[in-house]
Amino acid sequence: MEVFTQLEGIVVPLNRANVDTDAIIPKQFLKSIRRTGYGPYLFDEWRYEDRGEPGMDCTNRPQRKDFVLNQPRYAGASILLAGENFGCGSSREHAPWALLDYGFRCIIAPSFADIFYNNCFKNGILPVVLDEAVVQRLMAECEAQEGYRLIVDLPQQTITTPSGEHFSFAVDDFRKHCLLHGLDDIGLTLQHADEIRAYEQRRKQEAPWLF
Amino acid sequence: MAKTLFDKVWDQHVVRQNDDGSTLLYIDRHLVHEVTSPQAFEGLRLAGRRPWRTAATVATPDHNVPTIHREQGITDPVSRVQVEALDANCREFGIMEFGLGDIRQGVVHVVGPEQGLTLPGMTVVCGDSHTSTHGAFGAIAMGIGTSEVEHVLATQCLIQKKPKTMRIRIEGRFPNGVTGKDIALYIIGKIGTAGGTGHAIEFAGSAVRGLSMEGRMSLCNMAIEAGARCGMVAVDDTTIDYVRNRPFGPDAACWAQAEQAWRTLHSDADAVFDTEVQFDAADIAPQVSWGTSPEMVLPVTAEIPAPEEARNAVQAEGWRRALEYMGLKPHTKITDIQVDKVFIGSCTNGRIEDFRAAAAIVRGHKVADNIKLAMAVPGSGLVKQQAEQEGLDRIFIEAGFEWRDPGCSMCLAMNADRLEPGERCASTSNRNFEGRQGMGGRTHLVSPAMAAAAAIAGHFVDVRDWQEVQ
Repeated sequence: MEVFTQLEGIVVPLNRANVDTDAIIPKQFLKSIRRTGYGPYLFDEWRYEDRGEPGMDCTNRPQRKDFVLNQPRYAGASILLAGENFGCGSSREHAPWALLDYGFRCIIAPSFADIFYNNCFKNGILPVVLDEAVVQRLMAECEAQEGYRLIVDLPQQTITTPSGEHFSFAVDDFRKHCLLHGLDDIGLTLQHADEIRAYEQRRKQEAPWLF
Repeated sequence: MAKTLFDKVWDQHVVRQNDDGSTLLYIDRHLVHEVTSPQAFEGLRLAGRRPWRTAATVATPDHNVPTIHREQGITDPVSRVQVEALDANCREFGIMEFGLGDIRQGVVHVVGPEQGLTLPGMTVVCGDSHTSTHGAFGAIAMGIGTSEVEHVLATQCLIQKKPKTMRIRIEGRFPNGVTGKDIALYIIGKIGTAGGTGHAIEFAGSAVRGLSMEGRMSLCNMAIEAGARCGMVAVDDTTIDYVRNRPFGPDAACWAQAEQAWRTLHSDADAVFDTEVQFDAADIAPQVSWGTSPEMVLPVTAEIPAPEEARNAVQAEGWRRALEYMGLKPHTKITDIQVDKVFIGSCTNGRIEDFRAAAAIVRGHKVADNIKLAMAVPGSGLVKQQAEQEGLDRIFIEAGFEWRDPGCSMCLAMNADRLEPGERCASTSNRNFEGRQGMGGRTHLVSPAMAAAAAIAGHFVDVRDWQEVQ
């Protein structure tokens, strides 16, 4: 997993509530057995006019001009601003894989669905919760100002706007630690292998039908 | 100290309490399917790791399998590679699989309970959000992503932060024609798709205790549509009777011990929940979703709302988008909405009781002329077999339904079962998101009886009036 410390990048405003993981990456792309290559199909049904299929070359597909990701001013964006309950629905990790593959490293929203939120941390994406009013203000600033960039500082847990305004955000210590160091949490858990074995021995006595 | 049901099961599974507030939680049962597992198995291979305890893990392909012409194999080459990858991974890592030729194959959340792989008081995970289904057994059952699938395979544990608890109590008696599905939709309509975020929900009250296991599974299945980490129902006689004699349940030697332990799996009388909500069963009518989120749902007797009636600007904009996508106008009566396709099945409503309820409506009738396709897709090979023994397949086929092989099918439309742009579907599945059942497809979520009645009438009808309609 790629380390996340500080990020300065172009911001895309996606001003919709309840963006679900079916919208982030439609089901036909879940047939892939790889972790990469989903970026061209991110938000496929909102981004293109035709029906996308796995393996399709997207360079000449007809684009929906009104969708934010298709506007040239947001090219190369790495920060997504979104509405409440972002990432609801399916547990598919293909959603953060697609966002990452496209180039997003940070998503800012008033709230996230639990499974999606968790999946982001496993893939080096930082999901940031800010107040609804703040997110709406950032959306307005972003739409008004071409080339709008934010600075995301994970060690300090702050977001800084071009005018120098700071907003703090909360993040669990464990998740922050893993993201800062790009840690594989399976390796961390296996450091407690003896405790897992001891638990199993005890449970076998208490509840033998589980083994 | 008084404990909630959730606390009791959680506490029994704590391997280690970490200093940072996270918990290393032991997982008793890991269900695996073809779509969210290949990258996890690949991760194990790359790291040179083996599964921690293969006996805890069971696999079956469901999302991406054909529901027709199985004898031809999987004709879509991309889907075939994925299902074959599951077969190969299970062989390589020694994991039990109910493959495509096995009568036990089916939707993973139907198969687990049916086989007794899901038991009261367990922790159950699967790389699928509808794992919440298994909470109907007083289990903590959570959907996880692929990285966590790999983590559970490698360690039999998950690193978790304890969620808050919520109790949703429903007291009283349901009117006839109201099912677990209607209750689930009603609750989501009231608390919203983020109403349960960060919470473990316990469904309680006399009305919930009166539900069959199938009804409880439909209810817990959709806890995720309310944003919850999991949904649960306390163990009682209904639970114990369902579990008895299941193939992978406790053997005779430890049944009594198991039953004694399971009988403690309810919230203590004075247990405190972070959030409490209560509804009256008598207020719940058969539900029909009208929009592109499960919270956009109304009783069948209602009219489509207007954006001006929304509670704020964000919701109004969401409703406007939904109305446009769904091709609906405000103030249209729900019973005036015609449908093109009907889908009965899925992890929400693919169990024997669901097909009995639908068949009771369909019996002796024909599918309406405007219905292009009506499908009944059993949740497992054993549900299919049982239905056929009861003659339900004949009822569906004679009415003009297609009687298919088990799989997720048109719930998420990964296989060939899907809507074409603009087509409208009465569906017993769980999500009405844009494009969920096919690009441009329009989904209305309903119970099996409501879907069956829509197939016969060609439009939505109130199943409580079904006798009169005939």
